[in-house]
Amino acid sequence: MTTKLFGAKVPRVEDQRFLRGQGRYVDDLLHDDPRLLHAAVLRSPHAHARIVDIDVSDVLDLDGVLAVWTWEDLTGPMAEPLPLLIPHPALTEGRTQYALAKDEVNYVGEAIAFVVAVDRYVAEDAVSRIRVDYEYLQPVVGIAAARAATRLVHDDVPGNVGARMEQENGDARAAIAAAPHTLHLELDVERSACTPMEGRGTVARWDPDTSRLTVWSSTQTSTGVRGCVAAKLGLDLAKVDVITPDVGGGFGVKVVHPWPEELLVPLAAMTLGRPVKFTEDRREHFISSAHERAQQHVVDVGFDDDGRVLGLNVEFWHDHGAYTPYGLIVPIITSTQLLGPYKPQNYRVVFESLYTNTVIVTPYRGAGRPQGCFVMERTMDAIAAYLGKDRTEVRSTNFIQPDEFPYEHGLVFQDGRELTYDSGDYPASLAKLKELVGWDEFEDLRAEMAAQGRRVGIGLACYVEGTGVGPYEGAHVHVETSGKVKVATGLTTQGQGHQTAFAQIVADTLGVRFEDVEITTGDTRKMPYAVGTFASRAAVMSGSAIHLAALRAREKALRIAAEALEASEDDLDIVDGVVSVRGTDATIDLGTVAVLSNPLRYAFDEASKAATQFTVGDPGKPPVAEDDEPGLEGKDFYSPPRSTFANGMHAVIVETDPETAEITILKYAVVHDCGHLINPMIVEGQIHGGVAQGVGGALYERMVYDDSGQLLNASFMDFLMPYVTEVPTSIDIDHLETPSPLNPLGIKGAGEAGVIPSAAVFAAAIEDAEGFPITAMPISPSELFALRLEHADDTHATALGS
Amino acid sequence: MKPAPFAYLRPSTLEEALAALAGEQGAKVLAGGQSLVPLLSMRLAAPSMLVDINALPGLGDVTCDASGVRVGALARHAEVLASVAAAEVQPLLAMALSHVAHPTIRNRGTTVGSLVHADAAAEMPMVLQLLGGSVDVASVRGRRTIPAAELFAGPLESTLAHDEIAVEASFPALPAGAGVAFQEIARRHGDYALVGVAALVETDGDDVTRVRLGFVSVSDVPVVVDVTDAVRDPAGDPAARALAELEPADDIHATAAYRAHLVKVLVPKVLAAATDHARQGKDA
Ligand SMILES: Cc1cc2nc3c(=O)[nH]c(=O)nc-3n(C[C@H](O)[C@H](O)[C@H](O)COP(=O)(O)OP(=O)(O)OC[C@H]3O[C@@H](n4cnc5c(N)ncnc54)[C@H](O)[C@@H]3O)c2cc1C
Repeated sequence: MTTKLFGAKVPRVEDQRFLRGQGRYVDDLLHDDPRLLHAAVLRSPHAHARIVDIDVSDVLDLDGVLAVWTWEDLTGPMAEPLPLLIPHPALTEGRTQYALAKDEVNYVGEAIAFVVAVDRYVAEDAVSRIRVDYEYLQPVVGIAAARAATRLVHDDVPGNVGARMEQENGDARAAIAAAPHTLHLELDVERSACTPMEGRGTVARWDPDTSRLTVWSSTQTSTGVRGCVAAKLGLDLAKVDVITPDVGGGFGVKVVHPWPEELLVPLAAMTLGRPVKFTEDRREHFISSAHERAQQHVVDVGFDDDGRVLGLNVEFWHDHGAYTPYGLIVPIITSTQLLGPYKPQNYRVVFESLYTNTVIVTPYRGAGRPQGCFVMERTMDAIAAYLGKDRTEVRSTNFIQPDEFPYEHGLVFQDGRELTYDSGDYPASLAKLKELVGWDEFEDLRAEMAAQGRRVGIGLACYVEGTGVGPYEGAHVHVETSGKVKVATGLTTQGQGHQTAFAQIVADTLGVRFEDVEITTGDTRKMPYAVGTFASRAAVMSGSAIHLAALRAREKALRIAAEALEASEDDLDIVDGVVSVRGTDATIDLGTVAVLSNPLRYAFDEASKAATQFTVGDPGKPPVAEDDEPGLEGKDFYSPPRSTFANGMHAVIVETDPETAEITILKYAVVHDCGHLINPMIVEGQIHGGVAQGVGGALYERMVYDDSGQLLNASFMDFLMPYVTEVPTSIDIDHLETPSPLNPLGIKGAGEAGVIPSAAVFAAAIEDAEGFPITAMPISPSELFALRLEHADDTHATALGS
Repeated sequence: MKPAPFAYLRPSTLEEALAALAGEQGAKVLAGGQSLVPLLSMRLAAPSMLVDINALPGLGDVTCDASGVRVGALARHAEVLASVAAAEVQPLLAMALSHVAHPTIRNRGTTVGSLVHADAAAEMPMVLQLLGGSVDVASVRGRRTIPAAELFAGPLESTLAHDEIAVEASFPALPAGAGVAFQEIARRHGDYALVGVAALVETDGDDVTRVRLGFVSVSDVPVVVDVTDAVRDPAGDPAARALAELEPADDIHATAAYRAHLVKVLVPKVLAAATDHARQGKDA
């Protein structure tokens, strides 16, 4: 009997390739093809301007330039605005950009012209020859300017308000008015971005012999790219294949589609009859992909003497940049996921989503949850400070209890479904976290450090994360006559370890050796129906679909094997790819079963020869029975009723230097509950990465725009992504496994979790060390120094609210 | 981003390199490329020709004697940092170099290149200035020595003529009875400092005879301030004395006020450390 692989720390099969530099990314493709052409894009240098004239007359004179496009050269659907992917009734003023700017540019970096040349050097030389006359318009930069609305981003969007949305459960304002205690908080989060190691990239090849277009894109959704390329270029879907090769990180930004280049590259490949490549460079990634996080929040909360929240009213303003291709997903998630593990008796939330002349905003790992968590956890800390209670006690008072699941919040979630938590055990998670970080012993540490002139603080933050959003994901499992198992699922992979985790599921469900399973992701030729990899959904959605598909293959294998071995299906086991009759020595290899499943049996290989000893099928019936298909395959889709809700709690101990205001992490602890763990090592890797990214978001990274809308730190020299030296050397992790009742494997998503509580947990710890409120994140030593000066006269400034 | 077109020359003699520079007004020297290549890629610089000096003979040495450390134009930061002899003759070199960028960049970037690049946020120009070193330069017109005090013309601007190659830098040895120290605060390990301060303390017996401080990132050019009087005066404030000659500025990483504060935090620390260092040397 093989040991169960589900739940085991199986080493990642991907790592051999990745760590040896043998990954194949979009920029590696067609590298040696002498016909390959390269694209470069002229991008707006202004945040807001009208385009008076574009003069490309000098461009084609340059040796090696093949073509240049501006909006005027685009026809049909290509000349229309890009799609608004996720419309919402509240998004009354949705706007999207054109593939190439028409008449107006609305952010620095917006694509204006597209040049194709023999190499990227020449293409960039050509771009610098394009002359554009601009009529400069005043830009709107930042939430304050957007709200003031003395200037407009889009002339036809009054107040710069793209959407206003309100949800309420109970009567929050009345409950607050009647509450024994109230607090008012103003909480801000700044812009940051995904910044994956590999930027965007697309390669396209048109094959005139077969009239087919092949597109390789560094995307989080190959089926999405396929659909929009076909629609925009006026091709039958069947003529377009989209393949996602290795992807060097996505973190959300690559779920946006189509990017202008994702359409222009295939257009150029078809027009010029040669393959074309676009590889985004780092500066382009900063100024022309997507950002996230910037929101301003105002909180009013009413609570009783125990700290129990009686009413919570949150208003916030979301900066969505110049356009809204991804709809309202981010602010909707903030507005609903803000609630975390708590049950405020009455909750009202209202947000406005605002236009600014900056890069578009779309989901970045966590997708609005880090802001929501920041708001809720700062509120919990403020209540604790106000009442003089332990911060964990106030949280416990407000927790949804284990016997209250499924818990209905009376709100609508991002997927348009009711916000209903499926399972969790928050008191147990908190108990583990307190133990792990040493919460109850912290005052001893504080005193000990203080005696050495050192200043430390502790913070914690809790979150609940809706994961595995629908609508569906599918899988196809095929057992070849060699016994090898080929599995396809349509969503893409960006380095998460899907090849490993999915193969673990197949090995267990089907009863085959892990080494014999090969997983293909993100290839529309193999699986044309798929959604994509985002929202911590791959394990839940494709993992479940793969399990179901493997079950189907298993059923068929058992049916055929039973007939071949003249035994009952109930007496069969499948272990390591061999079907055996329990209690006998009769066996048949799965590869042989695969041969028997196909009435066309040329004896190509040993498996085929071995099959000759068995007879299956009724000679009186057609070779393929009416309700059967040739081949040993299983295909299935998984579509959940709603999201499954993972949760976690982080705690951090920081040291703040009394002189330099530098912030050092002394201990970082995570308790994580994503249901059953397929591979604890992969989950921990996801948490490590998320925590590192969260350290960046909380203490280092920000997007610094000046008043004219120029991004001042569009490089890794000035956008301070943390180095390995800035992230904690160890992260203490403990798991709780509260299975989800919504899917066959009891799993929940884990991809985004690590980053969600960072702003909240660091703010709490710094506040605890310093004794004055931290209401805006990220925070730098320079800012902490300024706060110290501001609060120098406070005596015991511990209460966060007013 | 890709550089604009340029001609590329990799001469194998200094004469050839100097002739090429003299003959091409828009030519630039390429050493380790750690500052120049990013500028080319972002098209912030577009020289008509690169004269790659990496194949020139005899420029890679780090030589030490009682008078000081001489660093050839092709000696990498990493090589200077690894030189035990250099660290003995002038300990400030290693103290500062360990803060220059990251190992991979130190493996290619040259110390002389850093001096010529003249970034006020870089450690080595300040070190040369504080120690009173110099740079030997060559051109088709001959050779000359530029003292540190005359090397730095402005932000990212040295006084080398466009056709001159810096062939060697000289860092004077630490005098007997003197001590040095260096500290900096950077946002991330290996980043350019928000503020860096070095101290050179000279003593005679128990007497502190001369104290100078060198500063990184608080002015447009490397600045050295003599704070001897402020140190010798029991009521003196060396940091305040120094700040009077510095121009800390706001940027996206820190305010001027925070930088000034860091100067006040770091100055006493490096003074104490350099004084200790001087005393240790004497005891040994
Ligand atoms: C990520 C990163 C972080 C860094 N951090 C730091 C840091 O913390 N502190 C720091 O000091 N530096 C830092 N640097 C810069 C690094 O030290 C450079 O290597 C150094 O400044 C320049 O040396 P180079 O040999 O690479 O010069 P190059 O880049 O080749 O040249 C720089 C300039 O000097 C000229 N030049 C070079 N050598 C000569 C010569 N012999 N004669 C005449 N002209 C010459 C070139 O023409 C060019 O204008 C960093 C660099 C990077 C990429």
